[in-house]
Amino acid sequence: MTEKWHLISNCNACSNCNNCVLVTNDEYVGNDFPGYSAPKPVTGSPWMEKKRVERGNDTMIDVAHYIDTCMNCREPACVNQKTEGVVYQRDDGIVIIDPDKAKGRKDIVGMCPHGQIHWNEELELPQKWTWDAHLLDAGWKQPRAASVCPTGGLVAVKATDAEMDARVASGELSMRDAKRGSRLYDKNADRVYKCFVGASLYTVEDGVEDCASGMKLVLKRDGTVIAEAESDEFGEFRFDGLDGDGETYVLEIGDQLTREFTLTTSAYLGTIEVTVA
Amino acid sequence: MGLKETKFRTILTALPIMFGLKAKKSETFRKYISSRDAVVQIQLGDNSIIKHLVFQSGKTRLRNGLHASPDVHIYFKDIDAALTVMTPPTDYGEVIHAGKNFRVKLTGDEEAVAWFTQLAGKLESDGWEYGEKQTDGSMRYTQITNGGPLHVYVKDGKILRTHIIEFDDDDPETWTIEARGQKFSPKRKGLVAPHALAMKANVYAENRALYPMKRVDFDPDGERNPQNRGTSGYERISWDEALDIVSKEIMRQKRVHGPGSIALSSPSHHQWGNINYYLSALMRFGNAVGVTRVTLNPDSWEGWYWGAMHHHGSSMRLGLPTGYGTLEDALEHADQIVYWASDPESQFGAYGGTETTARRLWAKKLGIKSIHINPHYSPTAAFTGGKWIQIKPGTDAALALSLMYIWIKEDSYDKHFVENRTDGFDEWKAYVMGETDGIPKTPEWQEGETGVPAREARALARSWAKKKTYLGAGVSGCGMGGACRNATGMQWARCMLMLNAMQGWGRPGVNFGNLSFGAPNNLEFYFPGYAEGGISGELNNTGSAGNNYCRMPHLISMNPVEQRIPRQRLPEAILDGECEGYEMAPKSMEGQFQGFKYPAPGYSKVHMLYRYGSSAMSTTNGSNRFPDMYRSPEVEFVVNQTVWVEGESQFADIILPACTQFERWDIGEWNNAGGLGHHWTSQTNHRIIAMLHKCIEPLGESKSDYQIFWDICKRLGMGAYFSEGCDELAWAKRVFESSDLNGKISWKKFLKKGYYVIPPELPSRKPPVDMRWFYEGRPKDLPEPFPLPGSYTHENLHGLPTQSGKFEFVPNSLRRIGDPERPAVMQYVAPFEIDGAPELIKDFPLQLIIPHSRFSFHTAQDAKGNSLSDIKDHRVLVDGHYYWIVRINPKDAEARGIKHHELVKVHNERGAVICAAEVTTRMTPGVAHSYESSAQYQPLGKPGESPDIGGCMNTLSTNRLQSGKTVASAGSLVHVEIEKWDKAAYHAEAAE
Repeated sequence: MTEKWHLISNCNACSNCNNCVLVTNDEYVGNDFPGYSAPKPVTGSPWMEKKRVERGNDTMIDVAHYIDTCMNCREPACVNQKTEGVVYQRDDGIVIIDPDKAKGRKDIVGMCPHGQIHWNEELELPQKWTWDAHLLDAGWKQPRAASVCPTGGLVAVKATDAEMDARVASGELSMRDAKRGSRLYDKNADRVYKCFVGASLYTVEDGVEDCASGMKLVLKRDGTVIAEAESDEFGEFRFDGLDGDGETYVLEIGDQLTREFTLTTSAYLGTIEVTVA
Repeated sequence: MGLKETKFRTILTALPIMFGLKAKKSETFRKYISSRDAVVQIQLGDNSIIKHLVFQSGKTRLRNGLHASPDVHIYFKDIDAALTVMTPPTDYGEVIHAGKNFRVKLTGDEEAVAWFTQLAGKLESDGWEYGEKQTDGSMRYTQITNGGPLHVYVKDGKILRTHIIEFDDDDPETWTIEARGQKFSPKRKGLVAPHALAMKANVYAENRALYPMKRVDFDPDGERNPQNRGTSGYERISWDEALDIVSKEIMRQKRVHGPGSIALSSPSHHQWGNINYYLSALMRFGNAVGVTRVTLNPDSWEGWYWGAMHHHGSSMRLGLPTGYGTLEDALEHADQIVYWASDPESQFGAYGGTETTARRLWAKKLGIKSIHINPHYSPTAAFTGGKWIQIKPGTDAALALSLMYIWIKEDSYDKHFVENRTDGFDEWKAYVMGETDGIPKTPEWQEGETGVPAREARALARSWAKKKTYLGAGVSGCGMGGACRNATGMQWARCMLMLNAMQGWGRPGVNFGNLSFGAPNNLEFYFPGYAEGGISGELNNTGSAGNNYCRMPHLISMNPVEQRIPRQRLPEAILDGECEGYEMAPKSMEGQFQGFKYPAPGYSKVHMLYRYGSSAMSTTNGSNRFPDMYRSPEVEFVVNQTVWVEGESQFADIILPACTQFERWDIGEWNNAGGLGHHWTSQTNHRIIAMLHKCIEPLGESKSDYQIFWDICKRLGMGAYFSEGCDELAWAKRVFESSDLNGKISWKKFLKKGYYVIPPELPSRKPPVDMRWFYEGRPKDLPEPFPLPGSYTHENLHGLPTQSGKFEFVPNSLRRIGDPERPAVMQYVAPFEIDGAPELIKDFPLQLIIPHSRFSFHTAQDAKGNSLSDIKDHRVLVDGHYYWIVRINPKDAEARGIKHHELVKVHNERGAVICAAEVTTRMTPGVAHSYESSAQYQPLGKPGESPDIGGCMNTLSTNRLQSGKTVASAGSLVHVEIEKWDKAAYHAEAAE
């Protein structure tokens, strides 16, 4: 199996510095790479973009960022009969929209199920990020977006599909578009796609409030325990990675309280008074 | 004739041959030598040798005897002086020494002198190779920016790309830190701030100043129309016209008004580089001209400088802790990090780029917890996670006091440290417990001030006492920015120090930091930082005297004008005709108590502004004062030397176009401030020194800052004095030779490769940790030349430079001045922007915080017509305009009917700014957030009196100072109202 280029977006390692976005603009705005890409518009054409998910409310929230760009799909929708000779996938997996042959082909924009082909009005060209194919061909070791990442929030890997499939199977990675088979993967994607529930527990003694730490918490769904936790020194706890499918959860706080709730988005349940035995 | 004379004659005879050979070999040299004709006379003091060189059409001849009208006259007092100067390689120590003592004189036509000295320099420098050729035919050069070092790829005279520097096998090993059984090593590259990667667009920005410009209705010899500044347009003029107008006006001002009438005003940040920097070339120029200096307040240091310093005596660092050795200490020993108004992922420790970001992941891996005390769930909070304590801005000291209250009440502070290393604790304790003012600073009490639940304050106090805690305070974790720049900034900074003192500051795992400082770099390797004065020759107002002036002999410069204006008070100085200031005087804690007044006795008031850069509208508090100032008839002339036409450059009479750092020569080290920021290079993972190659020719007719100053100086008859005959490349070599680089790498190799990585500290040599010596009662062991020996009250290096030699909970220095606004026993006072004006609070109930911006280094990258505008956290496109962003809580937005990304008017009694609203759970209810430092000032109507759609949030901030007898700005916390922007209604009203 030939090795292909893959990209891993790890939201636990992303500080949203946007170095990847800016360096991609630096590479393509005003620069022509014949055979690979024509100049990118200065603004309004996000070949690479940082997206944000805010979860929770009030004092308990979570904010995660992930990258969105061309996924070099394993079966790219943009490579089809209608685009034969215009859009093609290289052996290394990189999809190229020929900047000469694609002129005027606005129809190609709509072919991408991920909205990652952008119309360049001035040049009348469908365009997207080429994963820096022109640089990789010239001997660069990885796309610039990955090399400027300070943390490994964005990692480029050259590997066989099978090797990557194994990493997906192990649970380390999730494929961004599993249905179609993308070569863009997420790490810690629960922060993007799943929900959390949390609360702050406190006690009142002689009229004085204190955070209730060390309280045992049990989360059940359909009568089954799905997670257990203990409140921290601020009396807080948080169960993450939950499905926000509108189903009912039951939360047991110590042996004294029970809360029932349904979850569609992440929820901070606020402050809850407890008594310490 | 002696041997020496023979040698000198031989050299002179050889000169035409050398010029001829060089011209034959090099096209650039040929072009340069042919660019003018000149006669250069060379004469010994006793007239025993008199010759002149005749340059004509690129050819050189040596003739005997006096020339009737030479263009350049070189006088040597004696043969020794002649040989000192004329014998290569140039020993600047000797040459400058001979010049200072008038054994060498260089006079004549200034342009000819400049041409000839550069010609002589080019004998050596022409043909130097720089940059590395790439396989695609492009050249790769180097740069250092405020956000980090870059490789710059240039093809066909145009910048192709700017990329980070990734190390090669020739570069030295990288350090490894072992902590809790794990090993950590940084990436072998320079990790930059996002704004560094937006720099190419800066060069080709649509608002570049490319030609000298004159305001159309400004006539230096007739009507000057100052009232039209900011509204009338510009016409292109030649450099000759522009330089004539500026230099004639400089001399006219002095003759008509007397000394002091020219004020020189620069921003406190600049494009990188030790030569063109404002503390270098501009300082030298200002001193040469003689100007009323518009002085910097210790901006971004406010609370630390005017407040915290007095507790530990750190005046030479403007009140800050040092950060030495703290990275390994924190990773090895700390249990948690409290980020208190500390957002390193937004402000990057000023110049440190994203070098420190991965360290926060290391900490996470080691189980070190994070707590964020901040009204904004900052990018750092989003990155590290952890506990978020929402706090009402400006009330931080109340929370801090309650922590101390709990520690005293529960007996959970470091009693050994407090008893043995501190002074005044009992008096402080009496205040905390309420014995002196009847208000015990309980968690319940603070809740009413801060909005932080009492139980959380208690939990925080207990956690802090139990666990070894690093306190990351402000931008760098060791101060600056954060909450030190608002009305209660001094209280906050003072409390930060006292918190750490109560927990044994210097104990393993107990210190200041957010993992930004303290990497095990070789700090004792000398390379001058920007604050070391570069070529300024200014020994009092830069750090030059310490190392630079001795290591790189150059001519001293001194400003004959003592008059100063504090930057915060420039509009008042012009409009009211008077103001007062207080010193930024790091030598001692008492320096800052010394006031000064404008106008100073005997000096003229200011009637000319030489403004350098265009950032004041969005970086100076209460900046809606500036349009009036600029239109004042008191100001007869405004010249602005700027790279971009933006902000206040649109108020100038003459605009001098400066080029970007990519278009001129310079040299520098990443993150090396030097001076008051001594050893800040412990922030980066590697120390990287680089050439700032002249990557491309200056765009349009723009010139380097250095060249512009030189050109003006030539017209004032002091070009040779200003330049010492050196162009920027020659100066860069002098800087190189003055540093410890000399001997580690050859100049030619350095020039070609462009950068040098200093090998890290040896693993066997553990760097000392800040305050560990003090905690353990040892003499000081840090490699800093601070404090001045005379500041110790015990033996040298024993104790702190306070009166007691101890950490002072109640500073003696403050006690001695008896200023009720800065009491020795710190008093909690709610910020005046909240409680000082109840009638305004009714109308403007929201608090707005405006910290340093994230994606633009101050105004440098913003609004240049670049792709930065596409970053959704930077600007938002609405109806064809990229608006600045204000962040607001969903509840506050809902109450005002404001939806995400809708346009809103952020306003108060000082002005109005139209922004795009970001509705986000990341804001504490009642608090809005925006960044200062928009480069764009775009008033819809009359400047200063109409809404600004550019995003200058500082038009809303207060110019009131934190306290009297300081120039501590307080503007990062503002009261405002935010409402939906009714554009149509505004324009309808304006039309009427």
